[in-house]
Amino acid sequence: MAILLHQFLDACVSAKPNHVALVCDKRSYTYAQIGEMSASLAAELQRRGVRRGDRVALFLDNSVELVVGVFAALAAGAVFMPINPLTKADKLAYMLNDSRAVALVTQVTFESVYADALTQNKTVQTCMVVGASKLSDSRIAPYPAPGATAVAALADPGLIDQDLASIIYTSGSTGDPKGVMLTHLNMVSAARSVSTYLGLKTDDVVICVLPLAFDYGLYQLLMSVRLGATLVLERSFTFPVKVLERMVEHRVTVFPGVPTVFSMLMNLGSLSSYELSSLRMMTNTAAALSEEHIRQLRALFPQAQLFSMYGLTECKRVTYLPPDQLDIRPTSVGRGMPNEEVWLVDEDGERLPNGSTGELVIRGSNVMRGYWEKPEETAKRLKPGPIPGEMILHSGDMFRTDDEGWLYFVARKDDIIKSRGEKVSPREVENALYALDGVYEAAVIGVPDELLGQAVKAFVTLKSGFSYSEREVIKHCASRLENFMAPKYVEFVEALPKTDTGKIKKTGLA
Amino acid sequence: MSDIKNQVRTYIADNFVMGSNAAKFSDSDSFLDLHIIDSTGFLELITFLEEKFGIQVEDDEMIPENLDSLNSIEAYVGKKLVKV
Repeated sequence: MAILLHQFLDACVSAKPNHVALVCDKRSYTYAQIGEMSASLAAELQRRGVRRGDRVALFLDNSVELVVGVFAALAAGAVFMPINPLTKADKLAYMLNDSRAVALVTQVTFESVYADALTQNKTVQTCMVVGASKLSDSRIAPYPAPGATAVAALADPGLIDQDLASIIYTSGSTGDPKGVMLTHLNMVSAARSVSTYLGLKTDDVVICVLPLAFDYGLYQLLMSVRLGATLVLERSFTFPVKVLERMVEHRVTVFPGVPTVFSMLMNLGSLSSYELSSLRMMTNTAAALSEEHIRQLRALFPQAQLFSMYGLTECKRVTYLPPDQLDIRPTSVGRGMPNEEVWLVDEDGERLPNGSTGELVIRGSNVMRGYWEKPEETAKRLKPGPIPGEMILHSGDMFRTDDEGWLYFVARKDDIIKSRGEKVSPREVENALYALDGVYEAAVIGVPDELLGQAVKAFVTLKSGFSYSEREVIKHCASRLENFMAPKYVEFVEALPKTDTGKIKKTGLA
Repeated sequence: MSDIKNQVRTYIADNFVMGSNAAKFSDSDSFLDLHIIDSTGFLELITFLEEKFGIQVEDDEMIPENLDSLNSIEAYVGKKLVKV
């Protein structure tokens, strides 16, 4: 039984060394190979000074180097930080500085981004680059060739399951991203609970088109390795036909998606020409599928079970709807997963009976340790639970229950936008808008969008003498924010509505 | 100097400049590798190609070999225009 997250990999290396662990970029890697590459990189990280509890940032596209980076950082005793490959320089610098990361593993195609970020950072001692870097910076080192550092050099860092395994940054309503601290216990527990209710099997072939920097993508890897299954890792769903070819070729059995991915899939006229009979399961989270999309998906893939799920980075997954309930209550997100308790509370934190509406709270080993060095933010989310000394997670999301206790999403308590399944903080976008010379006031909201779920829309007032086109404003934002955060629409207005106290009032904007 | 390439380059520069290295991408650079265009961006690019050049991009033509660099787009659109 794995106590530490990377022991999932150790167990597979011992039990089934020749089983294919990963298919990526048309290459296959066995568990023995991934184990060897991870141990070698872990030894190299230690040689370069990485110690127990140090943060190692992984700024990479989905790739074998990213997979190996996760397990290497853990085996070295470090805390891995997966960073979205769409991240721009200032935000990368913020995360490196905030976490005081000592190492960065990245790829040369992102050189303009990390080069800029490194000029704003003093904590990183080593920046390992996949590909030939042209940067003259003493911190730059090539990503080592497999086996370059002897595995025997790897020292046991002496971790226990209370040690941090990962810090994953998430958008917050204040505008500053928060680092969600997850212990080995948190992640091992979450991987076990999710793979248990899904019924994942050791002979499954899971395809991942989601970035591993997104916890939904990351857990495809972790669960696959937990079971000794095979992960087919794609960089994205940009070219659906290529993904479908891969699904046919490797007889994929599990397809995790988000509504935008399923929407692109169902728009393909040629879908029925692909032989996908091996597909036995699809999962959806990040945003709800419409009832119409659920109906279409089930008609297209009658052989596959469909799981509707709801999650938070702060505890990985919260609820799932068993597929046999989909016809009975299609709009429900289900109930708590194994080894986790969820319930609704009123404003005073009192537990509400079935048939109520309230804030969802979560109790379990999967609940985060807190936000990295943000005690005030942490106290808003982690509050005392039923047993003295324990903390439960307040989701910040409002739900209702039916008479049998099944949960239905009602609304968020904050104003976070969900676009393409990604969280967008309006404040973060507004901060980027205010950084544009001449912007006087800005207000950002989410508007309904067929493909994206919600699209980001900005209302902007300009100081006199300034004039921009919508495209110019969008490009300015895209140069500072992850692409999915840049507004899709910009409306220039004379003035923004205000509250009595003079604050910008967003109700009524559309 | 290719007209197709120029028109597409202008369109990309006007619409997708993401990050500081995007302005100087070469004709053979992969838009995906450099994160110049993302998945929804490719859908917009396809709409642009269809409207600008009066072609129809079929599902099975939505592949990197046809769309992931200026060189690829020039070859692909050129071939489509010959057929039309």
